[in-house]
Amino acid sequence: MSLLDVDELLVALVERVDLVYGPLVDVPEYPDSVDVALVEGAVSSTGDQRLAQTIRAKTKVLISLGDCAVTSNVPSMRNTIPVKKLLERVYVEGADASPGVPKDGVPALLHRAVPLADIVKVDLHIPGCPPKPGAIAHVLTSLLDGKKPDLKGLVRFG
Amino acid sequence: MGNKIVIPHITRIEGHGKVSIHLNDAGEVESTQFHVTQVRGFEKFVEGRPYYEMPSITARICGICPISHLLASVKACDAIMAVKIPRAASLLRELLHCAQIVQSHALSFFHLSAPDFLLGMDSDPAKRNIVGILEQHPEIAHDGIALRKFGQAAIERLAGERVHPSWTVPGGVNSPLSSSARDAILSETKIAKSIIRRALKLFVSVLDKFEAEIESFGNQPTMYAGLVSPRGDLRLYDGILRFRDPAEGGTIADIEDPLDYANYIGEGVLPHSYLKAPYFKPRGFPAGIYRVGPLARLNVAERCGTPEADAELGRYRERLGRDPQSAFFFHYARLIEAMYCVERMEELLAEPRILDAHVRARADVNALEGVGIAEAPRGILIHHYKVEASGAMKWANLIIATGHNNLAMNQAVDQVAKRFVRGTKIEEGMLNRVQAVVRAFDPCLSCSTHALSQAPLVIELRAPCGALLDCVSTSDDSMAGCPVESV
Repeated sequence: MSLLDVDELLVALVERVDLVYGPLVDVPEYPDSVDVALVEGAVSSTGDQRLAQTIRAKTKVLISLGDCAVTSNVPSMRNTIPVKKLLERVYVEGADASPGVPKDGVPALLHRAVPLADIVKVDLHIPGCPPKPGAIAHVLTSLLDGKKPDLKGLVRFG
Repeated sequence: MGNKIVIPHITRIEGHGKVSIHLNDAGEVESTQFHVTQVRGFEKFVEGRPYYEMPSITARICGICPISHLLASVKACDAIMAVKIPRAASLLRELLHCAQIVQSHALSFFHLSAPDFLLGMDSDPAKRNIVGILEQHPEIAHDGIALRKFGQAAIERLAGERVHPSWTVPGGVNSPLSSSARDAILSETKIAKSIIRRALKLFVSVLDKFEAEIESFGNQPTMYAGLVSPRGDLRLYDGILRFRDPAEGGTIADIEDPLDYANYIGEGVLPHSYLKAPYFKPRGFPAGIYRVGPLARLNVAERCGTPEADAELGRYRERLGRDPQSAFFFHYARLIEAMYCVERMEELLAEPRILDAHVRARADVNALEGVGIAEAPRGILIHHYKVEASGAMKWANLIIATGHNNLAMNQAVDQVAKRFVRGTKIEEGMLNRVQAVVRAFDPCLSCSTHALSQAPLVIELRAPCGALLDCVSTSDDSMAGCPVESV
């Protein structure tokens, strides 16, 4: 949703692209032959892992967007804790009624939350927490203009 | 053996959720489940961190309402320091909070849900989004972008950054408000109010088209919870946590000391979801179902407390009764709250003390436990911390707005599925309605499981360049002449 902070520039951007998947559009499954994907978040569950692989297989330019996707950042703070202990803290110790770790129709957690690039090849990183709207806009307009994005001075971690 | 329909990825919401619809042999809906598929485990991994890091760590739970987490967190930290923060600091925190609720409500109404009302529940899914609104109702899309920008720009003026600012700190805020920033925010409130007026008019004008949805969108009795002032005015930053049960004729519990929340709110686990299901403890699990967020807050409050929002609330109640219960009216309530927030921002900015230079109280650990409660855009948010004397975090519990609505959302998807889904021929519009009821609650599934998920945003260029991947990942000049143009 950081993309929305480009404000009115959004209007100019959507005139030049088709939004084919993501939180703003009604597409339940990842489509084939996508040009550019911006992926947020660390890879934390088997579901994330599968989706990352699907995206990679069907996408030309894969961009990791934000510090969580780039470094796994805050989600990786759980990595020193065994998954079983973490889940029991939340769903057994942390429950007053019907305690138990949910298993029905939810993906299992990976042992560690990892950066996107640990799972699939990433073509470009846009760090930042959040990534600056100007950096996102620069990358998208550069790609649309057929230029290589130059993020020097536009991004930082945190 | 019946069949199962899975909506693998609920669209136009924040975060990741899915729905399973179980059909019987006759093709009728037997039961429906709303799954939240991520968990991050913040409560565990913050153990050992200094308590004053909690605001910036927990703000990372969410990119949409980080301000709510910052505020609930700094309030819990204020309690650990056992300080009363300076008056200007609490005015400024409330101002920041109102700005955030405006931007979040704008996102929910215009960017995420308006495509359903304006283009139709059964309209072409390829166009049923903010881009479709831009094409067919550009003035409304522009209003949405402008209203969201108003909130985000006010946050930036106050706190230095739109998302994850470090301005709110335990004990207050870290710098006072300048008169120029005050004037700049004030100069924009008029336009924000006129956008909200237009949106209210628009929403009321389409209500008649959605009778079937109004009837079945979580149109079931529940309790409601929200913050109010002692005289029953709507409160968002701080107040008494009130539970109301219309079936019992009104208020059933008032929680004045935040530490008491655990006597009233328990947390249950649903085996099909990483999102826990809080319930009203005196009634047990799952009978203690209640709702939070805009619809609930307007039911719990006697009035908003600002003139134009109260006039709108009067019309709302005249039309829908004292306690509207269909979740479809979350959208209506959201707009009235947005009006309240802008009016409240004007009131706060008119307070002479808001420019006071003294905005931060300083202290060490003076209490080993603290609870902070604020209204996130989606409802009550609770941060509960226990610390060692050194200030190291010993234990944390976070109950997030969307969680409180979990039992109600499960009930609501079931009601909608039973009304609209028939197993013999599944149409896209049926499944869109199941998702639309989830959108009405405006859940933040990143927040709700403190889970940060893959939320890919994918853009397909209209004239794709086959060599693009190589272009980007290899040498500097290799993209020259690459025809990645739009058509």
